[in-house]
Amino acid sequence: MTGSPKPALPIGIRHVAKAYGKVRALDDVSLDVRSGEFLTLLGPSGSGKTTLLMVLAGFTRPDGGSLTFGEAEMIRTPPHRRDVGMVFQNYALFPHMSVAENVGYPLRLRRVGKAEAAERIARALDLVQLGGFGERRIDQLSGGQKQRVALARAIVFEPRILLMDEPLSALDKKLRERMQIEIRRLHEMLGMTTVYVTHDQREALTMSDQIAVINHGRLMQLDTPERIYERPANRFVADFIGESSFLAVERAGDGVTLRGAPLKIDSAAPAAKDLLLMLRPERVRIAPPEGDAAMNRFAGVVRDIVYQGDSYLLYADLPGGEEVAVRGVLRRETFSALPKAGEPVTLGVSAADAVLVARDEG
Amino acid sequence: MAANAEGLRRDARLEQLRLFGLCSPALLLVLVILVIPVGWLFWLSFVGADGTFSLENYERMIASKSYSRIFVTTIEVSLLTTGLCIMIGYPLAYFLSQLPPRVANLCMITVLLPFWTSLLVRTYAWLVLLQRQGLLNDWGISLGLWEEPVALVHNMTGTLIGMVHIMLPFLVLPVYGSMKAIDRDYMKAAANLGAHPVRAFWTVFAPLSLPGLMAGALIVFVLCLGFFVTPAVLGGGKVIMVSMRIATNIEMFVNWGAASALGVVLLVLTLAILWAASRFLGLDRIAGAA
Repeated sequence: MTGSPKPALPIGIRHVAKAYGKVRALDDVSLDVRSGEFLTLLGPSGSGKTTLLMVLAGFTRPDGGSLTFGEAEMIRTPPHRRDVGMVFQNYALFPHMSVAENVGYPLRLRRVGKAEAAERIARALDLVQLGGFGERRIDQLSGGQKQRVALARAIVFEPRILLMDEPLSALDKKLRERMQIEIRRLHEMLGMTTVYVTHDQREALTMSDQIAVINHGRLMQLDTPERIYERPANRFVADFIGESSFLAVERAGDGVTLRGAPLKIDSAAPAAKDLLLMLRPERVRIAPPEGDAAMNRFAGVVRDIVYQGDSYLLYADLPGGEEVAVRGVLRRETFSALPKAGEPVTLGVSAADAVLVARDEG
Repeated sequence: MAANAEGLRRDARLEQLRLFGLCSPALLLVLVILVIPVGWLFWLSFVGADGTFSLENYERMIASKSYSRIFVTTIEVSLLTTGLCIMIGYPLAYFLSQLPPRVANLCMITVLLPFWTSLLVRTYAWLVLLQRQGLLNDWGISLGLWEEPVALVHNMTGTLIGMVHIMLPFLVLPVYGSMKAIDRDYMKAAANLGAHPVRAFWTVFAPLSLPGLMAGALIVFVLCLGFFVTPAVLGGGKVIMVSMRIATNIEMFVNWGAASALGVVLLVLTLAILWAASRFLGLDRIAGAA
């Protein structure tokens, strides 16, 4: 926020492990966060994503591994000497201090002069659009405002790394979506390396440069949001991010077959032994046009149709007993043209949208 | 006129009456065991030796040096006890608040144990431990720490030891309560922002535990003001507090007027302190934390 911002730092995580009794919260996790990157740790609760963030902040002591900020090894550095900003899930704003005192706290610790501190506090509050709120007490703030103060406090001392632990989970949906955009904007402005924890896959897709999907303490996939959604590495990633139906397929020579029929796919099949065809509901079509050579077709029976306002969900049973979900934009004429429950339906998925994933979490 | 407005208003009034009816036994009890006796004492304090209205009980209190000494001693003992309780109790409460819950509960029992033992028993137990041929002097001498028996009891020292022991739980409980309520993330946030643990303690933890400390200190101080048994037994007649003078006035001189006047002054003093605490420290905040 000053004229010459300190350059952001890359984070290197190597073979970090942490066990609580027999539970492996972190199981040999290695990943790199590039300088200035917005990386999201995404996983279900209990996956180890928060534990990893706590290792980065220094609140959890891992059993082993290495952690570097830039060139410096940090794994044994106590939290107060790591110089990383952090936004806590419950904000952890000091209730006995005003907004300005909260934001000024890290500056006071760094012996920043009074005049400069006041200026930097004002600028940080302006950045989070809370200019003029300095004198307020914490209990006079709404959830969204607390969120902004916590953010201001985490960036006011210009840390080169910013950590966020599910910072938006306590906000309602509308506010959450606005804050997502604001945090993203702030990141682009300040350029600090950011590690963001969430269990909300849509939030991860919206905000991140890179997403690290974590499950059972292991890194499942580290990729861009688009790659994570379009080319998930395995069934867990495909299932956790977005909705999908899965159909078992068999290898046959170079290609794969579904119940004996060769499957048209654009991309190469992954190396894993057991493969599944992933079907995203919005990529599956109802009654695809005849004669399209790049279209895979399945016959099924409609089981249920769910009205969801802007879209509909159609569930169809395939002969093998699998269930396939289809989502479509709801217009009055498309909705009324849908087959009814119990009627046969032909489903189609193009070769480009037919994606194979590994059954195992490799 | 909205439909049923009259009926609904009547229902609300009836409900209030019924609630008042439910409260009345408690109110009656307070009246009988609190308001009437205190009012009677208040009236007695204005009755002279000849049985007519007079201010002589209060005049004597102002004129006599021994009375002012008693009040000074009372406040001195109360302040010292409160101070010592804070010095011992605050670190103890902090220690307890940082322990895992199961261990903390076990340790809490040792803090609360004195509560379940008779005050008299505890006070006489200290007499046994502290007297000239008591356990402490025996050990001290046989270990060669000191030559002659040290006067640990029948003086201010003994009084303070006994009072601190008895008052400690009253301080530890509210302080422990307010410390347990401090979110651990506050300390994490302080560390993350660059505060050394010692700095984080003084800038974040201590201020947040202050309301509990104030509540505990206030309870201890107010209880000390009217304390009787412990200073009477362990003070050996050298530490005379207001409550002891009240007892003497009744038992030896059968002077209810003088005793009542002392009681009234003590009551007013206590109320004044509580008022000051609520006015300047925010008693509602303190009470909320306790």
